[in-house]
Amino acid sequence: MYFIIALVALVFVVLTVIVVSRLQDVLKSVKKPESADEAPSGNSWNGAMFIVIIIAAAVGTTWSYMHAREHFLPIASSVHGRRTDDLFWFSMGVLTIPFIFVNFLIFFFSWKYQYKKGNKASFYPDNHKLELIWTIIPAIVMAMLVFTGWKAWSDITSDAPADAEVIEITGKQFNWIVRYGGVNDNKLGNYNYKLIDAQNEVGIDLSDENSFDDFLNPTEMHIPVGRPVLLKIRARDVLHSVFIPHMRVKMDAVPGMPTKFWFVPDKTTADMRAETGNPNFKYEIACTEVCGQGHFSMKINLVVEDEASYKKWCAEQSTFLQTYPEYLAKVPDNLKAKAMKGLPADTATPADTAKTASTGGGIGTTAALR
Amino acid sequence: MSAIEGLDTAGHHEEHAHHHEPQSFWQKYVFSEDHKVIAKQYLITGIMWAVIGISMSVIFRIQLGMPDSNLSWLKPILGAWISDSGKLDPNFYLALVTMHGTIMVFFVLTAGLSGTFSNFLIPLQIGARDMASGFMNMLSYWFFFLASVVMFASLFLQTGPAAGGWVIYPPLSALPQAHQGSGMGMTLWLASMAFFIVSQLLGGINYITTVINLRTRGMSFDRLPLTIWAFLITAVLGLISFPVLLSSVLLLIFDRHFGTSFYLSEIYINGEALPNVGGSPILFQHLFWFLGHPEVYIVLLPGLGITSEVIATNARKPIFGYRAMIASMLGIAFLAFIVWAHHMFVTGMNPFLGSVFMFLTLIIAVPSAVKGFNYITTLWKGNIVFTPAMLFAIGMVSLFVSGGLTGIILGNSALDIQLHDTYFVVAHFHLVMGAASAFGLFAGVYHWFPKMFGKMMNNTLGQIHFWFSFIGIYLVFIPMHYVGIAGFPRRYYQFTSYDFTHKFMDMNMFITVAAILSFLAQFIFLYNFFVNIFKGKTAPKNPWRSNTLEWTTPIVPGHGNWEGEIPAVYRWSYDYSKPGAKEDFIPQNIPYSQTLESNFPHENELIATEKEIEAQNFNDQFNTAH
Repeated sequence: MYFIIALVALVFVVLTVIVVSRLQDVLKSVKKPESADEAPSGNSWNGAMFIVIIIAAAVGTTWSYMHAREHFLPIASSVHGRRTDDLFWFSMGVLTIPFIFVNFLIFFFSWKYQYKKGNKASFYPDNHKLELIWTIIPAIVMAMLVFTGWKAWSDITSDAPADAEVIEITGKQFNWIVRYGGVNDNKLGNYNYKLIDAQNEVGIDLSDENSFDDFLNPTEMHIPVGRPVLLKIRARDVLHSVFIPHMRVKMDAVPGMPTKFWFVPDKTTADMRAETGNPNFKYEIACTEVCGQGHFSMKINLVVEDEASYKKWCAEQSTFLQTYPEYLAKVPDNLKAKAMKGLPADTATPADTAKTASTGGGIGTTAALR
Repeated sequence: MSAIEGLDTAGHHEEHAHHHEPQSFWQKYVFSEDHKVIAKQYLITGIMWAVIGISMSVIFRIQLGMPDSNLSWLKPILGAWISDSGKLDPNFYLALVTMHGTIMVFFVLTAGLSGTFSNFLIPLQIGARDMASGFMNMLSYWFFFLASVVMFASLFLQTGPAAGGWVIYPPLSALPQAHQGSGMGMTLWLASMAFFIVSQLLGGINYITTVINLRTRGMSFDRLPLTIWAFLITAVLGLISFPVLLSSVLLLIFDRHFGTSFYLSEIYINGEALPNVGGSPILFQHLFWFLGHPEVYIVLLPGLGITSEVIATNARKPIFGYRAMIASMLGIAFLAFIVWAHHMFVTGMNPFLGSVFMFLTLIIAVPSAVKGFNYITTLWKGNIVFTPAMLFAIGMVSLFVSGGLTGIILGNSALDIQLHDTYFVVAHFHLVMGAASAFGLFAGVYHWFPKMFGKMMNNTLGQIHFWFSFIGIYLVFIPMHYVGIAGFPRRYYQFTSYDFTHKFMDMNMFITVAAILSFLAQFIFLYNFFVNIFKGKTAPKNPWRSNTLEWTTPIVPGHGNWEGEIPAVYRWSYDYSKPGAKEDFIPQNIPYSQTLESNFPHENELIATEKEIEAQNFNDQFNTAH
């Protein structure tokens, strides 16, 4: 690191020296009477600077690019991710051409056509053919980029396949909560933000029988490998944004407007540990929409595993009702029997709470599968 | 017209005397209605804001590049925002990021750039005595001043200024309980912005009216310098888009204070479910970016206009493709209104809409490319004089192209998924909009300083300032692209929480060092600017041997700009190095009948119209009854 800082410092020092030495010349020249056809002050060293800088910039940019590339785009672990990566590098490749070409011309022309005594600039106000060429060429290149981008975009944002594993992720200040449909029906139950409290953090609506086997996890998200995963994304308080860098997944979480994103992960955490040679490798989910003080640390880990261990993990999780049996009171009477399946027998609720439950369930609910 | 003038000649001298009646200090320098004074007021206020805004960025760059450093030395300024162990408060970090964005975009690059040069150059370059309404012009500055005072005051609140990012997305900005910056700080932000919008509208109406109505004799639209075209288009953009920001701000104020639910729905926060349902945070984003995207061009177009003028003057060549330049500015301005949702590809907006906006966005590259190539062709076979203004103009073209190219990546919605809200975006817009416009501003200041103050700035210091700034900017923002490609999210207080951001520590430190050096280089400019207002060499009448009308005024133009009659205009402003001409420039007010040796055949035909142009006398307030 200190090497780089030293390098920058050196560049600036060299610049300063050049500049100071030139300053002396300029101060001398100030005393001389100026005539109209004398070279404007500092013109030649400024012209030379254009050549110095373009060479330095070419070397510097190439070197820094090679130096930094090992950290570029973390290894893509999803099917669409590799596609957008290819597209990204393709576009970058295409755009590097005008980047180099145009900057070269700007610098080169500035140096080449600097003021020379007795020279006269050429009067060249327009050339329709030239202008037509550099209107049409960018237009064609753009059309090509738009087309490839558009195809990728419409595939990525198309409807999720029917066999997708549906998982809900809810953002709040400052953590994520993941909800699964449960092992019995594998369907997410309804929710309502008015039902949120300290335990029921995502507002599960227990008057919907699909929610009886739902389970939550505030620390880890597990997903199966090689199968589409559909994230249903919600926010509880302010905007958040689900960002899974390795999966090339990003979608805002918006209060009052559920969003979604589906993708096919095809490398398990174990695969990635082998590929990166890092035994502690973890997939991470971050927040990329500023949400307050804890925005920079709103993390949840993601575990990608094979189907069998994923199923096993799901089966090991205790459902929301198992964790908080007192919420049985919110289940309507006719569904109580179903809800109590899998619960220890001694958590049967007193009959009188059933009344409050039915009124509590009267609030309009939002379908989770909108 | 001339008949009326004849009748009026008796009263003319009285009229004239009336205009030169001595004004009090307050009228002359403070509540002035003179466009030149107002321009200087804008410029100096803008420079002060720039110092504040860039200092903020240095502080948060230190936090990002050297997260372990002890910031206790900032305690005298920041007080309790620095903890006892010398750490920057994370809430204040967000406030700094937010205020840096707000200040630089609105107060420096909108007011400081467009406010200064539209005011200064429109009357001088079109040949008008002053703006259409001097009073409105004065109001425009003082509304800006009021907005500045309110925004400045918000910096000193105990809960800090607004801190939800300069885009102030609700619900974060709507709910005081969501963040401390969303309390009084946000209230003041919104109030300040409302005043600011009023200021912009008063200014914009004035610019448009002036350009349309007060052009001097012979100054047809196809003879307007490109600066004026740029200011005119900028003003139209602002006039259409700023009211939309005002409405979004007003609706946010309603949500915050009067219990409405425009942007709020189904929110549970701080142990409480809010009653608001049916609103949409996305609505705010649509309204905000309907201004926000044209705003990019409001900031950039004046810079492009100034660059066109400066490059042509100092390359001693006519600008290449004058009409194409106007057409591309019009094209950019039109497209600016229909691309806003490319800021919202991953907000959950309908993906089909995303495709449409991707298509429209990438079209902007075409007129932008035309501009870039036209600048380059203007340099080709020129006889370039490297005045500081010229250097900054050349630098501006380089930054505009380099930054614009990455926009093609971001405008592609499929690629935006990964790059949205990462440092790639930050690097992109700082190059193309921040640095490019700032370079336009510098080019303008160096070029027109002699006209503003009648003094010359130091040439060498200006050149040194350019090289440090130019190299510094690239050293900051090229590596920042790398950090973005690695997926570093923006507006993060530190990068220690994630494994995927456990890299590039040295790169971030490098960026910070480069940013500090570029910041320090700006003091060269401040010294050069302020000292030479008082101590500079007296400027010649036309120091850059330029064609436009402002150089026909006295060295320090007084009230009404021209003594005696306003000059008439007979040609476009880009007759540099015309074949056959004695000098390498022919000012706009020289009739073709005096330059027979260099006229093209179609120009000889125009000699017949000169009498007609000369006979006209509209728009000169000094010569007609009020």
